[in-house]
Amino acid sequence: MSAPTGDDGSAMPVTIRLDSQQFQVAAANPTGMEKTVALTFLLGLAGFAGFGAAFWVNASNVWLGMTLGVGFLGLGVGMVAWGKYLMPRGPFSESRHSMVPEPADRERIIGDFSSRGKVVIERRTFLLKILGAAGAVFGVVAMFPLIRSLGPVPTDFSIATTWRPDSLLVNIDGSPVHSDSLEFGGMLTVFPEGDVGGPLSQTMLIRQQPPAGETHIVTGPGRETWGPLGYLAFSKVCTHAGCPIGLYQQVTHQLLCPCHQSLFDVGPGQAAQPVFGPAPRPLPQLPLYVDAHGFLRAQAPYDEPVGPGYWYRGND
Amino acid sequence: MIDGLYDWFDNRLNLSSGGRKAINKIFPDHWSFMIGEIALYSFVVLLATGVFLTLYFVPSTTDVVYTGPYLPLDGVHMSAAYQSTINLSFSVRSGLLMRQMHHWAANIFVGAIVVHMGRVFFTGAFRRPREINWIIGMNMLILAIFNGFLGYSLPDDLVSGTGIRISYSILESLPFVGTYLANFLFGGSFPGNILIPRFYVLHVLILPAVIAGLLGAHLTLLVRQKHTQFKGHGATEHNVVGAPMWPTFIAKTQGFLFLVAAVSAILGAVVQINPIWLYGPYRPYVVTYAVQPDWYMGWLDGGLRIMPHWETVFWNRWMIPNAFFPAIVLPGITFTVLMLWPFIEQRITGDRADHQLLDRPRDRPKRTALGVAVLSFYLVLFGASATDVLANYLTVSLNSVLTSFQILVFVVPAITYPVTLKICRELQATPGGGKTKIHNIVMRSAEGGYSTVPSAPRAGDTPPELEPVALDTSVLAPALVGSPAYEAVDRSSLGARAAAGNGLDGGGSGDAGGLDGAGDSPEEIVDGNGATPAGGGVFRIPRNYR
Repeated sequence: MSAPTGDDGSAMPVTIRLDSQQFQVAAANPTGMEKTVALTFLLGLAGFAGFGAAFWVNASNVWLGMTLGVGFLGLGVGMVAWGKYLMPRGPFSESRHSMVPEPADRERIIGDFSSRGKVVIERRTFLLKILGAAGAVFGVVAMFPLIRSLGPVPTDFSIATTWRPDSLLVNIDGSPVHSDSLEFGGMLTVFPEGDVGGPLSQTMLIRQQPPAGETHIVTGPGRETWGPLGYLAFSKVCTHAGCPIGLYQQVTHQLLCPCHQSLFDVGPGQAAQPVFGPAPRPLPQLPLYVDAHGFLRAQAPYDEPVGPGYWYRGND
Repeated sequence: MIDGLYDWFDNRLNLSSGGRKAINKIFPDHWSFMIGEIALYSFVVLLATGVFLTLYFVPSTTDVVYTGPYLPLDGVHMSAAYQSTINLSFSVRSGLLMRQMHHWAANIFVGAIVVHMGRVFFTGAFRRPREINWIIGMNMLILAIFNGFLGYSLPDDLVSGTGIRISYSILESLPFVGTYLANFLFGGSFPGNILIPRFYVLHVLILPAVIAGLLGAHLTLLVRQKHTQFKGHGATEHNVVGAPMWPTFIAKTQGFLFLVAAVSAILGAVVQINPIWLYGPYRPYVVTYAVQPDWYMGWLDGGLRIMPHWETVFWNRWMIPNAFFPAIVLPGITFTVLMLWPFIEQRITGDRADHQLLDRPRDRPKRTALGVAVLSFYLVLFGASATDVLANYLTVSLNSVLTSFQILVFVVPAITYPVTLKICRELQATPGGGKTKIHNIVMRSAEGGYSTVPSAPRAGDTPPELEPVALDTSVLAPALVGSPAYEAVDRSSLGARAAAGNGLDGGGSGDAGGLDGAGDSPEEIVDGNGATPAGGGVFRIPRNYR
C-alpha cells in the first residue's frame, strides 16, 4: 500500500479519526485493567515505603533489597501493562526514507565545500605542511608525559627479584629459616630478608630426604650444591600466568597452581618440570647453602627470570 | 501549567517544528527489540548505584589495620581499598545492597549486550546501512567487559588480585611492547601501589564516559536510520510499524527501566555476589582454590587453561609466551572478525543493498549455523574455566576433564554447525511456521466424511490484524459527535475501511468538542479487541481512553 499523493507527488495527509480501531485500547476489560495497574502502582508505593522503613530501622540487606525491588517491580509491571493494554493498540507506522542522499544534494554540499574551503586550502599547501608538522611534533612530545611518565621502563631481570648473594631466607613473619625448621616432606613460603611478602621474590622451600649417603639433592647438572640437607627452593611465581603456586601435594611431590591447574614435579632429583597444564617452563631454582649458624641462605640470585614469559626473555 | 511551560520553551526553541516527528517515532513491537533496552537500563542502574559506591570507596593501596563489626578480619592488615569496601558493605546502611546491585547490574549489562548482539547478528540487522552501529556496539561490548573487569578488581581482595596478576602476565606477553605496557599501566612491576587509583579513574570516569558517548552515538544513529523490523503485519522496506514514542513506547520503556532496577535490587537482596570478606585481602603470595572471574571473562580463563603448554622462542632472543595465544590472539581475532562481520558477509554474499527488513534466522541457515557454531565454541571455553570444579564435582581426574575440553572445543562446533543447518532447513520447509493459529472446527458430513473449517474469532483469540496508521502522513481528527461513526461504528464496515485505506477518511475534522461526550454512555462501550463476534458488535471509544 502506498500513501496517496497529491498532484505534485508529495504525500497527501490522510485524515484519521480517533475512533478508528487502531486508537482503541488493547484490553478486553479496560476498567479491570485500570484497577490492576492501580494495584501494581500501590504495590510499588508500598515497596518504596517499606524500603524507607527498612532503612530507618537498619534492617538486613534482604529486607532493604526486597522492598526496593518490590517498589520497582510494582512500578515496572504497572507501566508496561499501562502501555500494553491501556494505550492505543495500533499498529502505527511512519515512512522511512533511504539514507542515500539525492545526487543534487551531494553536488551542492561538495560544491560549497570546494568553492569556499578546498580550493583555497589547496593553494596554501605550504601552510598545511607546516601545520601538519607542528601537529606531528605535538603528537610525539605529548606521548612523553602521557605515556612515558606512567611508569619505569622494564628492569633487567637479574635485579627484578630482591634475592642477592647470601640473602637470608626468612618466613612470612620475617624470622630466619633454620636448617632444622622443616621435616622431610614439609613446605614453607620464604622471602629474602628485607622483602617479606615480595611479589616476585616469593619462593617455596621444600625439604626432601636426600638419597642414602648424600647430603645434597641434585636436580640437574650444575646444581650439585643447590639443595643442602634436602632443602630445595623454587620460585613461587607460576611460569604460566604468574599466580602464586599454592598447593604442595606431599604424596605425589607435585606443586599445583590453582589458577590454571599447572602441575610441577618436585620429586627427588626433579627440577620442578611442568608435567600437566599450560605452564611451559620449569620453576627457576634458587641455589641454597647453610651458613655457620645453621640458617639457610641464597648462594646467588635466580639465574633466569622468574614468572611468566615475555618478548625479550629469550632463553636466558 | 504544562501548556504554559511548553509555550515558554517552544517560543525559544521552536520545539513544535520537529517535536511531532519525535513523539511519532515508531518502535517495533517485537520482543527481541527489548534486549537492547535491558542493556541500556542496566547501564542506568550501574551509574546510579556506582555513584553511591564512589561516596564510600577509597581507591588507595595504603596499608591499614581493620577494626570494625566484621570480627574475622579484626586486626588484619589490608589496603584502604579493601577496608573501605568492607566498611561500605557492613557499616553503611544499604551499602551492601548498592554494591551487590552494582555487581549484578554489571553482569546483566554485559549479558544483555551479548544477547542483543546475537539478536542483531541472527536477524541480519547489522547489514547496510547499519554497519556503523554494529561497530559502535562491538566497541561498547569490549569496553563493558574491560570496565567490568576493572570494577571487579577494585576491592583489592584475594580473588580479584589474582585476576590482576594474570592480566599483568597477559599484558607482558605482547610482543615488543608487552613489558613496557605492563610497566606503564601498573607504574612499575606488579603489583605496585598506583594500580588501584588508576583502575579507579578508568572505571568510574574514563570508560563510563566513553561508553556513554558511544551510547549516545548508537541511539542517535538508531533514530536517524530508524528501526529494522520483521516483515508482515504491514511492515515493508519503506515504513516502520509499531508503537509510537508517545505515549505507548514511553510507558513501556519506563516500565522496563523499573523492571531492570527491580531485578537488580532483588538479586542484590537475596543472591550474594562477590563476598570479598570471605576471600580476605590480597597478598601476592597467597592464592585460593577455585579462582573464577566474572562470567564474561570465563571464555578467556578457559582458553588459558586448555591451551597446550607451548612457548615459542626465536633465535634465543625473543619469546612468544604461552598466554599470548589464548589471551591476546583469541580475543583479538574474535573482536576483529566480529567488528568486520558486516563487510565479510557482504563479500561472501555479494549483497550490498540496504536492508530494513530483518531475516528470520531459519531463512539464513548458513549464517545462523555459523553463529551457533561460534557461540558453542565460546561456550565450551566458558565451561573450561571450571575444569577444577568439574573434576571435583564429577570425581574424575583433572587430566581427563582437561583433555575432554581440548577435544570438545573443536568437536562441539563441528557438530552444532550441521545440526543448526539441518534444523533451519527443516523449519523453512514447515508450512505456515510462525503464523497465527486459527481454531478449526471439524465437520462430519452426512456421508461420514470429515472436513475442517476455520472457526469464527472467539474471545481471547489474537485480535484481527489491522492496517497500520501512518502517523507522519495523517491528520488526526476527533470522532464525529452525533454521527453513526461516533456513536456506534459498525465493526464490519470499519474493518473494510481499514483494509481499503488508511483508516477513516470521514469529514469530521474540526469538531473539537467531540471527545468530551465519549464517556456519557460507558456501559454500552465495547472494546475493540475482537471480544464481540465479527460483524455483529458496536464499537465506541472506551471510557478510559479519551
